[in-house]
Amino acid sequence: MNTPFLQVMLAVIAKDFRAELRSRELIGTMLMFAVLSILVFSFALELDRIARQEAVSGVLWVTLVFASILGLNRSMSMERENASIEALLLAPVSRAALFAGKFIGNFVFTLIIGLFLLPLMTVLYNMPLVSGWMFVVMAGGIFGFASTGTLLAAMTVQTRAREALLPIALLPVALPLLLSAVKASTAIISDAAFDTWATWLQIIIVVDIVYTVVALLGFGFVVEE
Amino acid sequence: MTAVKDFPLSAEKTKDGGGRTRLLYGFTGITLALVVLCLGMALFYAGQDITQGDVQRIFYTHISSFFGAFIAFSATVVGGIQYLRTRHPKWDSLALAGVEVGTVLAFINLATGAIWARPIWNTWWTWDPRLTSAAVMFLTYVAYLMLRNGIDSPERRRVFASIYGVLAIATVIFTLIIIRIRPDTIHPAVIGSSPSTGAEGGFEMSSSMVTTLLFTLLTWSFFLTPALIWWRIRLENTLERVNKMKQIYLER
Repeated sequence: MNTPFLQVMLAVIAKDFRAELRSRELIGTMLMFAVLSILVFSFALELDRIARQEAVSGVLWVTLVFASILGLNRSMSMERENASIEALLLAPVSRAALFAGKFIGNFVFTLIIGLFLLPLMTVLYNMPLVSGWMFVVMAGGIFGFASTGTLLAAMTVQTRAREALLPIALLPVALPLLLSAVKASTAIISDAAFDTWATWLQIIIVVDIVYTVVALLGFGFVVEE
Repeated sequence: MTAVKDFPLSAEKTKDGGGRTRLLYGFTGITLALVVLCLGMALFYAGQDITQGDVQRIFYTHISSFFGAFIAFSATVVGGIQYLRTRHPKWDSLALAGVEVGTVLAFINLATGAIWARPIWNTWWTWDPRLTSAAVMFLTYVAYLMLRNGIDSPERRRVFASIYGVLAIATVIFTLIIIRIRPDTIHPAVIGSSPSTGAEGGFEMSSSMVTTLLFTLLTWSFFLTPALIWWRIRLENTLERVNKMKQIYLER
């Protein structure tokens, strides 16, 4: 454990970004999926003006969750395919730092998708989605998804069912986050006063902290051997 | 057949194990008697609810099964953390037993709720926040069992299951508190006053109802659930013993 935590974390993040810049595999897939999902939803739901206001945050979050699952699976199976995770584990660094690096990489990738979706959905659904609070809620929600998701993806990638198991394991655990995020987003879109939806933001923050601590502690056990 | 006795793997055959078995039988007997008594109290002793009639009596089982599930899932958290610390498989058996017993109790909770809701809410099921989170809680633990089944290496299976078991308690806590944070739920809060003005089917309790509820709650939480978990752990031990015996026979 000679290398300091921060340095390891940054090195892992830099590695993931460099790989992504060269292959453009992750963001490309996630983005394409997200755009298609939004189009499919708008056809499938045939929303009128009022229904749109209620449904738009649900569409946004469902799309984000599935896009992030796609990304998490890719990011972990990439590590596994080339056995690069073994090389990472051989390094005399703390497992928590490795986790933090992978986690923040996944967090940023998903956040990029989210930031792209906001203006896109503003145009396609004709709803005022771009706002400061929306960004805060989105970052908070994705933070929790990414931390539990990184932990669970590291687990499910080692199972027989591989990719298929991650959504099954992640979705129920992520429900408190998803529900709070959808509620907060709907309130923001309908221009509700901050007091009326502040509880949701508090829940998101508390859940984020709890999940991240559990994931930090649990990751070391998941990748040991 | 004589060879079976030679295996040093049976806990039951030792002196201490025999005592433990008798203790379990006694405990199970008391539990059965208490559960029958609970049902009797709920059906005959507790006063009839004025507005809901006899349908309300299912509540004693409904609430108690949830708290039983809560205890069982808490046992999973304890088992999971202890397993990660000590690496003794007995803790993982506790965690697994907690999940299986808790899942069954959670299902009883959902089923009794649906049976109650049919005459009172005029529907078996509705996508109310409380109902949704309870259903998701049940599914989380089904996912736990699926995750376990998907891993071949026993060591890794125990570690992953322990972590998931700890994480999954979040959905249980969420189900417990959602009634306080979502004012639009129609599920009544039975203990304490309902913060939701839209709650449908809440009731005032007379003293005989409170006694019955408390008695049933305690029985399900501290007798029925531990007894079931105990039996499930024994089953797991027997399973392990059989597997080891198979291995020894195959090696001969």
